[in-house]
Amino acid sequence: MAEPVHASPAHDEHHHDQSFWRKYIFSTDHKVIGVQYSVTGLAFLFFGFVLMMVMRWNLAYPGEPIPFIGSLLGENRAPGGIMLPDFYNELGAMHGTIMVFLGVVPLAVGGFGNFVMPLQLGAPDMAFPRINMISYWCLFMGGVTMFASFFLPNGAAGNGWTSYSPLADIALNGQTAWLIGMIFLITSSLLGAVNFITTAIQLRAPGMTWMRLPFFCWAQIVTAFLLLLAFPPLEAAGVLQLMDRVANTSFFIPEGLVVGGEVLERSGGGSPLLWQHLFWFLAHPEVYVLILPAMGIVAEVIANNSRKPLWGYRSMVYSLIFLGFMSFIVWAHHMFITGMGSVMSTFFQTTTMIISIPSVIILSALFISLWGGSIRYNTAMLFALGFLPMFGIGGLTGLPLGLSAADIPLHDTYYVIGHFHYVVAPGTLFALFAGVYYWFPKVTGRKMNEFLGKLHFWPSLVFMNGVFFPMMIQGLNGVSRRLADGGITYDFAGEVAGLNRMMSVSAWCLALAQIPFIINFFMSIRNGEKAGRNPWNSTTVEWLAPSPAPHGNFDQEIVVTRGPYEYSVPGSDKDYVPQAEPAST
Amino acid sequence: MEIPYTVEAHPETGLNNGKIGIWLFLTSEVMLFGALFATFIMLRIGSDGNWAAMQAEAELNIPLATLNTAVLIASSLTMVMAWASLMRGQLGRFKLFGWLTVACGGIFLVIKYFEYTAKFEHHHYPESSTFLAIYFAMTGLHALHVIGGMAWNAYFTGPGSKLFHTNRQWLTDRVEHSGLFWHFVDLVWIFLFPVFYLL
Amino acid sequence: MSEHVDIDKQVRIYVTVFVSLFVLTIVTVAVSYLDVSVPVALTIGLFIATVKGSLVACFFMHLIDEKKIVYWTLALTVAFFIALMALPLLTSVADQVGEFAEVEAHEPH
Repeated sequence: MAEPVHASPAHDEHHHDQSFWRKYIFSTDHKVIGVQYSVTGLAFLFFGFVLMMVMRWNLAYPGEPIPFIGSLLGENRAPGGIMLPDFYNELGAMHGTIMVFLGVVPLAVGGFGNFVMPLQLGAPDMAFPRINMISYWCLFMGGVTMFASFFLPNGAAGNGWTSYSPLADIALNGQTAWLIGMIFLITSSLLGAVNFITTAIQLRAPGMTWMRLPFFCWAQIVTAFLLLLAFPPLEAAGVLQLMDRVANTSFFIPEGLVVGGEVLERSGGGSPLLWQHLFWFLAHPEVYVLILPAMGIVAEVIANNSRKPLWGYRSMVYSLIFLGFMSFIVWAHHMFITGMGSVMSTFFQTTTMIISIPSVIILSALFISLWGGSIRYNTAMLFALGFLPMFGIGGLTGLPLGLSAADIPLHDTYYVIGHFHYVVAPGTLFALFAGVYYWFPKVTGRKMNEFLGKLHFWPSLVFMNGVFFPMMIQGLNGVSRRLADGGITYDFAGEVAGLNRMMSVSAWCLALAQIPFIINFFMSIRNGEKAGRNPWNSTTVEWLAPSPAPHGNFDQEIVVTRGPYEYSVPGSDKDYVPQAEPAST
Repeated sequence: MEIPYTVEAHPETGLNNGKIGIWLFLTSEVMLFGALFATFIMLRIGSDGNWAAMQAEAELNIPLATLNTAVLIASSLTMVMAWASLMRGQLGRFKLFGWLTVACGGIFLVIKYFEYTAKFEHHHYPESSTFLAIYFAMTGLHALHVIGGMAWNAYFTGPGSKLFHTNRQWLTDRVEHSGLFWHFVDLVWIFLFPVFYLL
Repeated sequence: MSEHVDIDKQVRIYVTVFVSLFVLTIVTVAVSYLDVSVPVALTIGLFIATVKGSLVACFFMHLIDEKKIVYWTLALTVAFFIALMALPLLTSVADQVGEFAEVEAHEPH
């Protein structure tokens, strides 16, 4: 490429003063939008966590009034402070929905993807800045809709985050609001995905070939393709369920459905299984939407803090692409207990076993990358290191669930809850925390406090395991995952019911462990140690921009000359060689 | 600050940003309508042979739908002609064909309105049968796409056409991209028409 | 679309495509009045629709002469589209196959 057109310094004539609204609220700058996404995501993660803590009270102390907030919940939710089972269902459904669609996805994809990816590509902004802004505000509207649905007369949606039909078709609660909210969230993701892919294809700096892309960018690209192609079927399914609820159609309602002892007056002829197929056609790729950006963040942090190139970069990238491709043909392993035929279940068991291979390759490559490195144990690295075994536990406990013989007894127990929370809570969330600590200096120009960071990490690690490991034990004993009283009235629970208290106390302690993070986050914005352009001595392009980076990102021309992780190159005077530095002779 | 490759083509891909963006958007639309067609197939298979009876009972109006197909095909022609006029640098002809395209979309919707009201007069509602349910869902969503495409085209033909005097290439590209969306909407109808009315 | 297009030739192609689409629409309506079995009617109807759709995609949407990256994106979409379309079918077929397998297993040999 002869002319490096698109990495030219920002021109002065564009530095006109913008109003507060244009600069911070309706900004088209990918960095501001990234921060908006991140803050929204963190706020909803906290809110979803609060919902869970309230649920855990009823699991540990069923039938006892909830302390502090019990009286605030109102008579229709918790008369006398004692939670009604219906309210428990609402909390459960909304916890899942909020954590997945309003917590992790906005933070991992919208936040980190928006902020970091264009910087790592050496681009001045996203390809469609205005669509980027619209995408955020769609998410915001979806979030408001979901949040407001709690105040509807019949409460929020309470049919599980999966909204299985026919229950969700006929339930009297806020399922309609849930569907409308989801349509906003899906629109937001679609617009974001179009933007991400176009940016990655078109706006890479000169010399940034595909095999020089940082692993994080690859993860975002594959994620964007998953969002682009897997979300529309759920949008279609959402529209159909909305019609079932509003226009009395029967897409997901079978003939002769009996509700409350009476046959439902509908034409019938629909298929409840159809909803499950369409839902999981999205929701399995969605699992990878949650985990791939996390893997990307961990790869960046590990390469940087082990001062070594990533081991097997190419095989990691190919694994990632293969993973994304395969994730579209494994969805029915969520549906083994629907009694599908043996041909179908054989097919999906096989694909599920195959998809575990690329995940193992990536995780192994990350482990091997540590070998022989001179590791810096800063907070970001601790969280990244915490991710590895936690994701390992999450992944390995998933193998039995991929085989229908083992899945059928385990599927409706706490084992499944334990399994996927290990993947997304101590897994993805730890990676996201690593990302917050790692890129905080680029956003604010200041580092976060290391002592408070460690005070955040170690208790979080202990209490995360305290919450989720007992779930596996309960699950193997057969405790059902859908009981509002935690199984106290359930014969199987017997010996393991007491674990509920341990898990609940761990959850509340986990909340306390987040206090150092919150203090650290707000304190460091103003008072943190000042960081220069490249506080971590990193190689990737985002660290060549000023911290915080101005509108237009770079004040120098970016021409990439080498791969992303050239750490400890023999013969070099520094232990890192930035991607965009002219090759020294 | 300017985003590179908004108008000029990227030397490697040979495309500008908008072209890639609109094609990516169309892939998601393919999956959206694909899911609805999959629903259609599943409902039809699952109807235990009642499908033909439900279809006969719905009494869809084949002549009107044939007319509507012709209208949409004609609008696709005027759409490419609008783009071709811009390629030739003829602003007047572009506006003529642009407004003709929007008008065809309008005629399509008016005919659709008469079809829908005729159904309602005979008490054929979405809730009456799964055939009518999927019929209203798919044609309704398609009609929403027609409205979206009309708004898009109306903007470029009306206020957006000022760009002709400052950046003609950009306007031409934008019209090409809105045309891609419009043709896609036409393409969906080409499949909807036989699937609901004829087969 | 590449920069050097003979626009007059293009316009002639567009008009030809328009006329073909119009004729095919009449053909597909006419064929639907023939008294043939349902599978045959489905095959003919979907075949004509596919031909019409291909005409629109190839000429109106310029896919006959497009850049590689668009083809790659569409190829990926087609793969997932097939997965989406095949599975509702596979579900009902697989259930029947499963039932047959069970019946055979219970039959004494």
